[in-house]
Order: sequence, then C-alpha cells, then structure tokens
Amino acid sequence: MSFNEWLRQDRLPHIYCAGCGNGTIINCTLAAVDSMGWKKEDTVFVSGIGCSSRAPGYIVTDSLHTTHGRALAFATGVKMARPDLHVVVFTGDGDLAAIGGNHFIHACRRNIDLTVVCMNNQIYGMTGGQGSPTTPRGCLSTTTPYGCTEPAFDLSELAIAAGANFVARWTSYHVKELERAVKTGLETPGLSFIEALVQCPTNFGRRNKFKKVADQIEYIKAHSLLKAKRDRMLEQGEPIPEDMYVVGELMKRSRPAMGIPKKEAAP
Amino acid sequence: MTRTEFWQGNIASAEGALAAGCRFFGGYPITPSTEIAEHMAAKLPKKGGVFIQMEDELASIASVIGASWTGARAMTATSGPGFSLMMENIGYAAMTETPCVIVNVQRGGPSTGQPTMAAQGDMMQCRFGSHGDYAVIALSPASVQEMYDLTAKAFNLADEYRVPVFLMADEVIGHMRERIIIPDSVAHTGRPAFVPGTPPFRPNENLVPGFPVFGNGYGTHVTGLTHDERGFPCATNPQLHAALVKRLVDKIESASEKLADFDIVNPDAEQVFIAYGSPVRTVQQVLHDHPDSSIGFLRIRTVWPFPAHALSIFKNAQRFIVPELNLGQIAREIERYAKVPVVSVPKLGGELHTPKELWKILEAGA
Repeated sequence: MSFNEWLRQDRLPHIYCAGCGNGTIINCTLAAVDSMGWKKEDTVFVSGIGCSSRAPGYIVTDSLHTTHGRALAFATGVKMARPDLHVVVFTGDGDLAAIGGNHFIHACRRNIDLTVVCMNNQIYGMTGGQGSPTTPRGCLSTTTPYGCTEPAFDLSELAIAAGANFVARWTSYHVKELERAVKTGLETPGLSFIEALVQCPTNFGRRNKFKKVADQIEYIKAHSLLKAKRDRMLEQGEPIPEDMYVVGELMKRSRPAMGIPKKEAAP
Repeated sequence: MTRTEFWQGNIASAEGALAAGCRFFGGYPITPSTEIAEHMAAKLPKKGGVFIQMEDELASIASVIGASWTGARAMTATSGPGFSLMMENIGYAAMTETPCVIVNVQRGGPSTGQPTMAAQGDMMQCRFGSHGDYAVIALSPASVQEMYDLTAKAFNLADEYRVPVFLMADEVIGHMRERIIIPDSVAHTGRPAFVPGTPPFRPNENLVPGFPVFGNGYGTHVTGLTHDERGFPCATNPQLHAALVKRLVDKIESASEKLADFDIVNPDAEQVFIAYGSPVRTVQQVLHDHPDSSIGFLRIRTVWPFPAHALSIFKNAQRFIVPELNLGQIAREIERYAKVPVVSVPKLGGELHTPKELWKILEAGA
C-alpha cells in the first residue's frame, strides 16, 4: 500500500496555498502511518482548527475535525474509550500552544498514547497572518506590525517538560528525518510529539523578507541545528545562537502511559 | 427485584447513568455536582468503563464527544461556571449530532455566585448558550427518584435524536436525600442504525442520520463546519447551511409532543401553577395543604423542547403562576404560548419558595 491510498482523492485539490509546507508534513505522516501496516478502520485522525487541522478532511479514515485548541481533549476521549484504535492528531502552533496550551501540557503529563504532529508555521495562517505564540521575536505579522515583542514558545521543550515519552523536531526540508520521527512516534507508547517547522509563504514569508518559497525553506534549513551538534556545543561551552532551531530526536523515554490496550499493557 | 435505597440526588443520577449503560465519564470537580464525578470514578472502572478527570470543563465535554464517536454512552456533570465553559463544544455536539448527556446541578449565578445554593438560572443557557441556531433536549428532575430515572432517559433520548441532552437539576435536588426505588433494569434504546455505503449525515424519516460508529471502516469525517450529507465542509453554500441548521432544529422541535413529559393536576382549575425542578416540591406542598381548593398544576419534566400544547389542557385557566429559582426564564417562554396572564414568581438567593409565599399569590388572584 502506498500513502496515497490514505488520501481521499475525491477531496483534492486541497485548500492549502501554493508553496505551503503542510502538504509535505501530511505526506510524511501518512507515509509513516502506511509503513506501520495499520488498517484504516483502526486509525483515527483528530484535529482542531486552523490550516493544519484541515488535514484529516483529506484522509480516508474516521476523522474528527473539532473546535479550536481542543483536538487533544477530543482525542483523549476517543483513545480512552477505544485504546485499540490508533489516534493521530494534527495541530498547529496557534491551535496547540495558544488556545489549546492547557490541553497540550495535560495530554503530555498523562502521556496518553497519541501521536501529535504539529505544523508550526509560526503564524495564524487561516485567519490571515496574525502573530502566534511561536512567532519569532522581531518578525512581522498583522498583529505585530512593528515586530513581535514577545518571546516565542519552544513547543518541543514544553512537551518534554510536561512528560511526553517521545519528542522530535524537524522541518519541511527534512522529509526523510521527519517521516522516520513520525514512525518512531507511532511506535512509541505514550504521547509522541513531533514538531515540524513549515513555511507559510502567504502569511509569514511575504511579510518577513522571504520573496520566494524556497527562500524560507533555505532559511529554515540554515537555522536548523542538529541536537548532537547542539549537545557538543554545550559541552564545549559554546553559545547557542538564539535564532537556531534544535532538530532531531529530542526525547525518548518509557514513562508509564495511558490509553494502552489492556492486552499490551506492561505488567 | 426492585430494591429501595436512601440516596442523595447526585448519587442517584450517577447510578441512573450506570444503569443506562454509561461507560465514559469525563469531568472536572465543581460544587454542587462533584459527587456525580466521585461516584463514577469509583464505579466505572469496575464496570469496564472509563472515568477521566480532565484539565477543565472544555476538555471534559470534548472527551465525552470523542468517546461518543466510538459508540460509548458518555456523559459529564457540572454546574454554572463549568457549564459556561462547555458551551462551544456543546454547539459542536449539536452540529455534529453527537449523542451526549450533560448534568447541570445548578447553583446561584452569575459568575462564581453561590456555589452551595440552588438556582435555575441556566435554563435559557442550556437552550441557547452556544452560538448559532440549534436545538437540544433538557429534562428537569424534582426528586431523587427522577435524578435516577431522567438520567437514564437522557441517554436514550441522546441516542435516538443524536443530540446533547441536559439533566437540569439544582443544588436542592442534587444534595437532597430521600427514598428511591431502583428498577430491575432501565429501557435501553440504541442510536439510529447506519447503513454502510450511504452518506453518513443523510437523515432518516425522523430527520436523524444513522450513527456511523468509529472503528468500523466507514471512514466518516466529522466536522463542526457546515457540512453536506457526506460530512465534508461546505461552509459557503447558503442553501446547504440553511437546510442543515433547519433540520438540526426541526428534528427536536417537530418531536415536541412526543418528547413532552408532564403531569396534570386539576385540569379544570382557574389558577394553575407551572413548575419544573425543585419548585415542584413547594407547589406539591401547597396542593397537599389545600386539598379542596382545586388548584391546577402543570408539572414539567421535559423543559426543552417546551411542551406548549400542555397549556391548552387547562381550558378554564385564568392565569398561570410560575415559581422559578431565577428571574422568570421559563415564565417568559410560557408567555409566548399562553392566552391568559402569566404570573412569574421569581426567587433568587438559593432558598426554595415557601408554601406560604405561593399561597399568597393564589389568594391575591382569587
């Protein structure tokens, strides 16, 4: 089976803008899901509101497109009621970290067996380019017309601190690494959080001096810092530049998890 | 064999839910409803069900809706402040036609108000609290027995009509203890059957679509956006939106007479009380104290949809007297249908009307 079979071909073309990075993340996620050999009837996609959250509408499985910020709470209900189902959540930076921040930290704390894929475009895309909790300091948006003055959230560090079993960050440039990380997330019991930095040419790029889609991808690539390298730099006492995104597998552990089918539960 | 117990109202509600097959409870502690969550936390795991204490009430109702899509009978319980927080997702449940039961043990509002005192201030909120047009079913218990019976009934109605159903209790009924007779079993009707291969949101003859339980390979997309019969977003189609919202309202409003649940006392009376919830008890005391006075009484259990046709049963009515623990929320609804004056008898503060207070109203109108 190919990941194309997970797509509702009759729902295409999708609503995403030309050059949007979300399609890349959806492809990587579906490729990882497909490689698990899961049955479609055993898999549920859940999302909140925003560009990222329209993804389940293009996937053939049962899917819940819910309210803004609440995807993880809905997914918790699905997973706790039917632990045998595989539940994957698509979300974005505004959905997850602003309006849904409380559900995010508590889903991580519970370490409920969900795989959460966050398309972090650092902007509210669906509503036309407002600043989000991950908009970098100094960046322009319609609600930060003089440059964002607030510090940005590090979503992956937040997930680690809150207790998630697996946390990885990659970007829309690192497709192979991203697919592998999602797969590891799907395989890992407990909450798996995969953050994917994505370009948003329409609402982020054009206001922040990225004239072409490729310019922003180049920027994201150039500002990605492998975790291993970051760790070496820390060891050697080198300062980590503030504008770098640490990418890689940031956490993998086996804390007790919720929502595990009884027959597979650890003794 | 039936058995007799001496229970608190909130415990009776939880037991009624368990008897109805509720197997998922997502909740958050709030006075005066907390005993329901505590009882479910103790009992559900032993019945193979799931109790989960969520991080807030938005998450509680969200988890309930998620669980409901897996086919589970699912509920939550709360009071005013938590009820307000649930409103957006209650609209989502109405729009996506997700069966769920929400118990609201009402306390004095607005805001934090009177956490330990009774009120009926959320009667309009339960009907209209979420944005947009939709319809729901709301039941109002007036005894510990009805906390049990109507909670069980709420699950059947939620399934049959695929709609959020509210048990609009209040602190007095929730915390009162009295005798209750537990039936051998309670009726258990299922959700309308889904025919595989048909559009998942195509309504049946009762305007309700069959329920495509998740995990069966139906591949149903559920969205709070305006959607077509296939469940896909169609948010800019004016005709489709109008037809969908109209159906969501009509499936409940057109069943108003079928859903009606009320008792009639002295239908030939000229002075007629109308009550629901704990004020029923005060009216019953007035009737008990004045057995020869031929006072009429319409005692309502299904408040929404409002059983307007019940008013016409009182052919000689000169006026309807409506005691409520709010400033006349349902009295205003009664005024929409009544052909005679409606006397609202509001009471705020958390205490019930006294029989004397209601008797004075009668005397003034005699």
